[in-house]
Amino acid sequence: MIRGRAWVFGDNIDTDLLAPGHAMRKPLEELALHCLEAVRPEFAREVQRGDVVVAGVGFGMGSSREQAAQALRHLGVSVVIAQSVARIFYRNAFNLGLPVLVSSDANTIVDGDVLEVDLAAGRALNITAGKLCTGEPVPDFLLSIVADGGLIPHLHKRLHGGAPAA
Amino acid sequence: MSRPLTLSEKIIARASGRSELRPGEIVTCAVDLAMMHDSGGPRRVKPYLERLAAPVWDASKVVIVTDHFVPPADVDSAEILALTRRWARDNDVQQFFDMQGICHVVVQERGLLLPGMLAVGGDSHSPSGGAVGAFMVGIGATEMAGVLVTGEIWLRVPETYLIRWSGTLGAAPSAKDIMLFLCAHVGMSNDFKVMQYAGETIRDLSMMERLVLCNMSAELGAKTGIIAADEKTLAAIRESGRVISQDLLQWQSDPDADYAKRFEFDAGGLAPQVAAPHSPANSSAVDNHGSVRIDQAYIGACTGAKLSDLHMAAAVLQGNKVAPGVRLLVAPASADTMRNAATDGTLATLTAAGAILLPSGCGACAGYGAGVLADDEVCIASTARNFKGRMGSAKAAVYLASPYTVAASAIRGLVSDPREFVH
Repeated sequence: MIRGRAWVFGDNIDTDLLAPGHAMRKPLEELALHCLEAVRPEFAREVQRGDVVVAGVGFGMGSSREQAAQALRHLGVSVVIAQSVARIFYRNAFNLGLPVLVSSDANTIVDGDVLEVDLAAGRALNITAGKLCTGEPVPDFLLSIVADGGLIPHLHKRLHGGAPAA
Repeated sequence: MSRPLTLSEKIIARASGRSELRPGEIVTCAVDLAMMHDSGGPRRVKPYLERLAAPVWDASKVVIVTDHFVPPADVDSAEILALTRRWARDNDVQQFFDMQGICHVVVQERGLLLPGMLAVGGDSHSPSGGAVGAFMVGIGATEMAGVLVTGEIWLRVPETYLIRWSGTLGAAPSAKDIMLFLCAHVGMSNDFKVMQYAGETIRDLSMMERLVLCNMSAELGAKTGIIAADEKTLAAIRESGRVISQDLLQWQSDPDADYAKRFEFDAGGLAPQVAAPHSPANSSAVDNHGSVRIDQAYIGACTGAKLSDLHMAAAVLQGNKVAPGVRLLVAPASADTMRNAATDGTLATLTAAGAILLPSGCGACAGYGAGVLADDEVCIASTARNFKGRMGSAKAAVYLASPYTVAASAIRGLVSDPREFVH
C-alpha cells in the first residue's frame, strides 16, 4: 500500500514538461529541478518523498525519454494516478520502479488530498474526501518489476539469481 | 479455421512463435533490430548493462545513430558523443552512423528495415519504421537495456485501426497535412492501438511521404503505424543496395482480418493544415490562421526535412525571397538528403531565397540543437510536435505545417496558404 499527498495536474502533461529538452544533457539531479517548471514552478522544490502525482488524460505523451519518469521518482514521487497514460511513459515508469494507476476517477482528486493506493486491486482511497477511485488492476508481472526496484534489478535476478550491487 | 490476422498481428505471431493470438494478450517477442540514438542510447544503457554484467545479445541486430547532440555545441554534448562512439566500438556495433542524419531516416536510407520485421527504437518516433511494413515501436532506455541483454521484449497484442484514404491530394497538400488533419479528427489518445494506413492515396505516396504517416502515428498516441509493403517499398530497399526477395510482399493483412475500427477519408477536399500552439490536435485549414505573424520558419526533423520535404519548400521558394525580419532555417534530415539536395539544385534554390542551412540532425525540433526560440517569438515548423517549451522558450509559440506551408509563410511573413505558389 502506498500513502501520499496529491499534486494535481491537468490533461496532456507531456514529456517536454516533465523533462525539458534544454536540461536533457545535464545529470538527473539537475534535470529533475526543471521537472514541470513550465506549469508549476514550485513543484520540484516543494514535492515531498511519498507524494502522488495526479493528472487527467494523456499523461507522459510525447518523447521516449525516460528521464520524464526518472525525474519524478528522483523527486520522491511514489505513484502516478492519471485518467490515461501514454504507452512509452507507462512502460518506462514501471521499468524504473515508479508505479502508475490508470483511473478515470482521477479527476475527483484535488490538490493536497491524502491518498492510499492499492495497485494490485487497481484503486486509490481518497482519505481526505472519503471517496474511492477505481481503475485498472496492475498486472502481477509489472508489480514484480516494481517490487524488485525496476527492470534492471528484476533482470539481474533472472540472469544471476540475486539483486545487483548498487 | 484459424482466426484471420492483421499485418501487425502476423508479425507479432511470427516473432513470438505463435500461430494464433488475440488483441490484449501479452506475448514475448524476439527482436529483429534494435535502434538507438546518442540521447537515449549508450550514455543511458551502458550503466545498466554494467550493472547486469551481461553482454549485448547480438551486435549485428543493433543500430546506433548520432542525431540529437550533433554537432556538439558544448562540452556536455561532445562528451555524450565521445561516449557513444567508444561504446559502439567496444561492443562491435558495425551499424554505427555518426552524424549521418536522423535515425528514422537513416535506417530507411540504408535499407536496414524489411517488411515483416519486429523492431524497437529508443525514440518515440520509431513508428516511422512502419513505412516499409515493419512493426516498430518506441521504447525507453531501461527497456532498451533489457532488449540488448535478452534480445526480447514483452508486448500486449494491439488492436488495429484501419485508416483508408481515397482520392488524389491537391497541388500543395501532403502527407503532413493528412497527419495534422488526423490529429484533429481522430485525436491524440489512440493509446496502445496500431494505425494501419491504406487506400489509393497512400499507394500513390512516395516512401518518404509514407514515412511521415507512420512517424506521426506517435502524435495520434498510437503504439505504432504501419503500411503494407508493395513494389514501391521493395524498390526503395533495393535502391540502398540490399538484395531482397519478392517473398517479402507476403507481409499483408489477411483479407478478412478484424480491425477494431475503420476510418474512411477523401484526400480530394483536403486543404493545407496548420496546428496552432501547443498541440498537433489544434489543427485546421490554413485560412483559419491567416493573420498570425511569424519570426521564424523552420524546415527540419525526420517528419519534415527529407529530400521530398526540401523539394516541396523549393517548389514554393523558387524565384521568391524570405520576408524581411523573418528567418528561414533549413536542417536537412540526413547527410544523404544534404548531398542529393546539393546535386539536384534544391539547396541553391533554398539559399537563393534566403534560407539559412543548418547541420543535419534533430536540431531545434526537440530543443536540443540550433534554432531554438526566445520568449514571445512565433515559429512555423515542419516538425511533428509543438508542445509548450519543446523548441526553446516556454513562452514561444510554434505552429506546425507542411514544408509547402512553412515556405509560403516565410515569404509572406504570415502563416500563409501555399496554393498560390504551387500549381
